[in-house]
Amino acid sequence: MKTRRTLKGHGNKVLCMDWCKDKRRIVSSSQDGKVIVWDSFTTNKEHAVTMPCTWVMACAYAPSGCAIACGGLDNKCSVYPLTFDKNESMAAKKKSVAMHTNYLSACSFTNSDMQILTASGDGTCALWDVESGQLLQSFHGHGADVLCLDLAPSETGNTFVSGGCDKKSMVWDMRSGQCVQAFETHESDVNSVRYYPSGDAFASGSDDATCRLYDLRADREVAIYSKESIIFGASSVDFSLSGRLLFAGYNDYTINVWDVLKGARVSILFGHENRVSTLRVSPDGTAFCSGSWDHTLRVWA
Amino acid sequence: MAASPETHGGCRRAQMPHLSKMERVVVSMQDPDQGVKMRSQRLLITVIPHAVTGSDVVEWLIQKLCISEEEALHLGALLVRHGYLYALRDPRPALQLDQTLYRFQTPYFWTSTLWPAAELDYAIYLAKKNIRQQGALGGHEKEHYDQLHRRINHAWDLVVMQAREQLRAAKQRRKGDRLVIACQEQTYWLVNRPPPGVPSVLEQGPERGSCIARRVQMTKNADFYKQEIECCTKALGRIRVKSSVCLEAYLKFSSQHGPHDPIMSGCLPSNPWITDDDTYWAMNAPNVAVPTRPRVERWGFSFRELLEDPVGRAHFMDFLRKEFSAENLSFWEACEELRHGGQAQIPALVDSVYQQFLAPGAARWVNIDSRTMERTLEGLRQPHRYVLDDAQLHIYMLMKKDSYPRFLKSDMYRGLLAEARTLPETKRRVFPFMWKPRLSSPSPALPPASASVEPAATAGGPGAADGEA
Repeated sequence: MKTRRTLKGHGNKVLCMDWCKDKRRIVSSSQDGKVIVWDSFTTNKEHAVTMPCTWVMACAYAPSGCAIACGGLDNKCSVYPLTFDKNESMAAKKKSVAMHTNYLSACSFTNSDMQILTASGDGTCALWDVESGQLLQSFHGHGADVLCLDLAPSETGNTFVSGGCDKKSMVWDMRSGQCVQAFETHESDVNSVRYYPSGDAFASGSDDATCRLYDLRADREVAIYSKESIIFGASSVDFSLSGRLLFAGYNDYTINVWDVLKGARVSILFGHENRVSTLRVSPDGTAFCSGSWDHTLRVWA
Repeated sequence: MAASPETHGGCRRAQMPHLSKMERVVVSMQDPDQGVKMRSQRLLITVIPHAVTGSDVVEWLIQKLCISEEEALHLGALLVRHGYLYALRDPRPALQLDQTLYRFQTPYFWTSTLWPAAELDYAIYLAKKNIRQQGALGGHEKEHYDQLHRRINHAWDLVVMQAREQLRAAKQRRKGDRLVIACQEQTYWLVNRPPPGVPSVLEQGPERGSCIARRVQMTKNADFYKQEIECCTKALGRIRVKSSVCLEAYLKFSSQHGPHDPIMSGCLPSNPWITDDDTYWAMNAPNVAVPTRPRVERWGFSFRELLEDPVGRAHFMDFLRKEFSAENLSFWEACEELRHGGQAQIPALVDSVYQQFLAPGAARWVNIDSRTMERTLEGLRQPHRYVLDDAQLHIYMLMKKDSYPRFLKSDMYRGLLAEARTLPETKRRVFPFMWKPRLSSPSPALPPASASVEPAATAGGPGAADGEA
């Protein structure tokens, strides 16, 4: 595996990225407030917006591919419809959807463009209606900042998992707002959570330099991915399409690839010159993209 | 040093667990028996003890931590960058494998102490350097020196006096010790005031868990505890599956999906990212006329896979039409639209679903059991987003347990498998003999063209694959 594309254009640390369902476009956000939409296959920039705040820690692509959502230190989540009209500035059509009392750490559209799930430093997650900005459900339970969330790929239920600074990962029922299951085995902040493709388990990456796999039906942690030489925290994790490989980006500028079933590390990827802050596998599993504090994004295959 | 160790907020220290881990490594490196081999360095006439070479450090890391040389070098460089290791000459942020000798930083200066590194201390340090180098301070340090001089001009006499005093005290030490202390100090300041272009290793991003005031506090009243009890009771009553069973499930899932995972097994004709050829995407477009064989196979893996694929879903709908149960799928789709739709559309959607599918004598009446129907009709009096959940689940299960298995055994599905697009199993990794320009694809955000035509997959596909094989 090696870097197949390097996306340069951000003037500052890249904090978050997300893939479009068309498998090649991505949206990325950075510390200086810039949010850029790229066609990563050709490395062209297609859209760029400057947010009025710095540290845009969350960004997401809408399932239709027609809008993006982002937020950060402004405590809000804003949705920008993507327009190719030269006369319209994207900022003009901006819609402010979510309002929290502390920074926004993660956001994600649910199965459609009309609802957004957000996680915030104020310790709560919330579900919002995009059109009206109305709060549909809020999720209280974390004892500290919530840093990440992921929606379950389930066929029938509406659940999602969130991870926070209280070292816990919690699974929520979107309909009732209740916490269904909670797991607390990490020794430090949980930076990233991601569901296993079948939806029966999820992996989490933490500042304690380990990634762990939790099974929902067994209701416990079933695997730890750690190595003595890995000292820095994992900032971001994602599974390959079959769930056999777990890609994790670390704060020591590397990406480690783990064999999910054997619990052993398959390989380590070097290339970034500062910490890897975000990592996502593409929707069809052909590649994964990592964003780093070295101002670049890399697509690996 | 004038700085005194202040107790930093627990948050900040806890936010850097990697520092204590690095210190553990460094301490075990200095172990007299198991640690790195120590040498003495000779600098003109002074001898500095307890020095190590870069290559010894790397070797020790390789052996102790069972890692490769590349990784050991990387880790060594990080130790240097965080100020736990320093070179006696020429400080550079990497670990040199030549004869350069390094020493371990004294715990007094360890990064984990997280001293505030005050301006005054920095000024004294720079003043000392300035005096030592007789005014020939260079680069960013000169800039900082001037800046500080302007900013704390009122205290400048104190600064210079302290600097002179420290230099005088240092002169009373042996030359070797003087050099070491100067190096240690320099390393400390390299971490706390990095030169321009070098990212600061102390930067951690926005502070976490700091603003308790802005956190949403849950009032711990009776309701809260009632909820907690309910949650715990539910947890106690939850059926837990044995982990061995769960792990078997992962094994099954991963081995089933493994051949379909492009990163693990490659993809035909080629991975677009590797060969710059996006034929694979054209062939697997969401609404392609002839799906590929792996894609059709995946429809057999689970009902969810079938429904999530627009082509699969369309074929399933055709199958249901033949069985006169197409209204089930349409009902399910309508419920999905309700669940994920905008808040404002809910009343209208609920009404439309009721009229089409649930009302007595409705055109496409769905067969739900009486109890669920009763409950649903009851709920429809106050329509909300999830009012049709029970009915939707019932119909979903019906399709999954009944129609879906029949679909997989049907002639229609077998026909689809037979007609599906297969690619010759030639070399998985195709070498591009001709450089193909990277074609751009229209963004989903563009307004759709008049007649949506499938990309010319059929024209390009097999021919191109042969040409490149």
